Amino acid sequence: MDFLVFQYPMITIQACLDGLLLGILFALIAYGMALQWGVMNIINIAQGDLVILGGYIAYFMYLYGIHPAWGVIVSPIIMYFVGIAIYKLVINKVVDRDLFISILATFGISILFMQLMNFAFGADVVLANSGYGTTMLFDNNVVLPNSKIFSAFISIVFAICLVVYMKRSKLGRAIRATAQNARAAKILGVDTEKVYAATFGINAALCGVAGALISITFTIHPYMGLPYTIRSFMIVIVAGLGNLPGVAMSGMGLGIFEEFADYILGTEFRIGSVFLLLVLILVYRRFKLSRKREYLK
Amino acid sequence: MKIKNILITFVSAIALLFSTSVVSFAKVVGDKIILGAAISLTGKYSSNGVHTQNGYNMAVDRINSMGGVKVGGKTYKFDIIYYDDESNPKRAAQLAERLISQDKVEFMLGPYSSGLTKAIAPVTEKYGVPMVEANGASRSLFTKGYKYLFAVLAPANLYLDVAIRTAVELNGGKGVRIAQAFEQDAFSQDVRLGILDAAKETGSEIIIDDKLPKELNDMAATLVKVKQMKPDVLVVSGHTKGALTAIRQISEMKVDVPMLAMTHCDAAKLSKQHGKNSQYALCASQWHKTLTYKDDFFKDGMTYAADFEKEFGYDPPYQSAESSAALLVFKDAFERANTFDQKKVRDALAETNMQTFYGNIKFAPGGQNVDKPMVLFQVMCDDAGKCENKVVAPLKWASAELIHPVPKWSER
Repeated sequence: MDFLVFQYPMITIQACLDGLLLGILFALIAYGMALQWGVMNIINIAQGDLVILGGYIAYFMYLYGIHPAWGVIVSPIIMYFVGIAIYKLVINKVVDRDLFISILATFGISILFMQLMNFAFGADVVLANSGYGTTMLFDNNVVLPNSKIFSAFISIVFAICLVVYMKRSKLGRAIRATAQNARAAKILGVDTEKVYAATFGINAALCGVAGALISITFTIHPYMGLPYTIRSFMIVIVAGLGNLPGVAMSGMGLGIFEEFADYILGTEFRIGSVFLLLVLILVYRRFKLSRKREYLK
Repeated sequence: MKIKNILITFVSAIALLFSTSVVSFAKVVGDKIILGAAISLTGKYSSNGVHTQNGYNMAVDRINSMGGVKVGGKTYKFDIIYYDDESNPKRAAQLAERLISQDKVEFMLGPYSSGLTKAIAPVTEKYGVPMVEANGASRSLFTKGYKYLFAVLAPANLYLDVAIRTAVELNGGKGVRIAQAFEQDAFSQDVRLGILDAAKETGSEIIIDDKLPKELNDMAATLVKVKQMKPDVLVVSGHTKGALTAIRQISEMKVDVPMLAMTHCDAAKLSKQHGKNSQYALCASQWHKTLTYKDDFFKDGMTYAADFEKEFGYDPPYQSAESSAALLVFKDAFERANTFDQKKVRDALAETNMQTFYGNIKFAPGGQNVDKPMVLFQVMCDDAGKCENKVVAPLKWASAELIHPVPKWSER
């Protein structure tokens, strides 16, 4: 235990800001997960691996002399088609089955992706340099890499675009209708097969954006996907499906929680504390649910 | 009756075929000495696994083309059976079993990384198979009383020892304040123990002691603490991932620290990703091509590096050099033992005292090499952004003077 974070107010501010910027990025990944979970009732274990694959796209652009920030545009386009392909090959065969089958299927995809990325890109840790510099606040006591600010900003832009798209466009309405009641939507002429494919594609595209941002801000590695899956799972659990403001809030909350856990418990417990929090929240939710059920009896 | 005869002939033919194929894999066949190795050709260690394999192959070709190994008046050639351990310790242990009990290999070369060596060592020990390994430096390998394990490299606790001692020396012999962040794997934790020892001996104080989980790609929290507490030395060890993450975040967060010492920070890799931001980092290394050790097979480091580059197309990292050295040690031990008896070869290995292009090799009773110090590089870049490793310590081989303290970010 180390309470340094409360002894220096500057560290407290730093931890909050770092957590906030990180949390916004997590929320973007979680939003994709919430979307497809809500629409298709699929928990995608390969979410984090899609993120890493998106990161590699930005990295390869950087390697060939293109500024990695363009990855934010290119990566989602490629990843959209990757998502559609995964849907056509695997997901459409499990979409009507129970949750357990889809978890197994996406777990398989996750392992496959990890190994394929390792095979294709090698096991080295890579990163893409944006050269964006640093913002200093409070007499140089709080430092924010501009790449982090950039990723939070882009995440917000994409989230807003998506909300507007879901509200206004025909496909967006069809997706929402399918989420509410797939059978009714089908009867009313919505091609649910197409909607499912598009939803999975959009989720993969969001992962692509997030991956590009992670390669600019942090580092990527073929085996680094799982923590991102867990984080987004947790954010969705806390926020509930179809609750975008909730996803954003719980994303930022998780980001700040992680930073403080890092300072107080030590870096080694950072990811562990997320797992622990997940367990606690699941237990709490179950407890609440069981009370409700009793009431219904 | 006829059918029965045919059947018997058929079965015995298969049995014969099978037995000869087993024999053909045994330790010494005709003029071949067959060594076994499980290497990470896929999985997270695959890049260093390939460096290891290239090092082994380079030495096998060289020794074979320069006359081979002379035992009992006969000349033998080396050959290696490789299996891919997928960077997985369990798999590595299984493969070691398979090499020894199915392929009947009687001498082994080590895998890549301390973790995998730790998984294999109990197996080779159980069967009494001598293993010369070149990529497992964890101290715990050498405290278990293994009799058949020999490591050509210096143990992990010595990796950054020299950095702390240099910092103390530059501080006028007074203790320094150390901040450290280590990944939670066998190797990095041993490096950490080495730092703790060095700190105790020099009266230095450890003010930040963070552990990094293996999935981590963000160490901002550690660096914020460093910024506030202003230590004299920052030590980071977490394989290449740790080094890359550290340089990225130190440069982005403009963390000023007089000395930054790391492991796994090859200048070529760092500067490819970070350019001049990696400048002034101190790196611990087992070997550098400019060291002046010599042997009959590779001549010296510079010649080895040139030959290696010609064959594999890249500058050899120390992982390749130490792997090549392992074969030289085996050859020397076979010739001194003058037999293929495992126990006698083991005794000959224990008495090894030789110089190779990679360094002097002499094993302590625990199996670690005690005759080869670590070297410390500093990454130095020219104006064009091209960076190089320059040896700065020990002074005997220094090709450049240590730049200390590291210039502040505002002045760069």
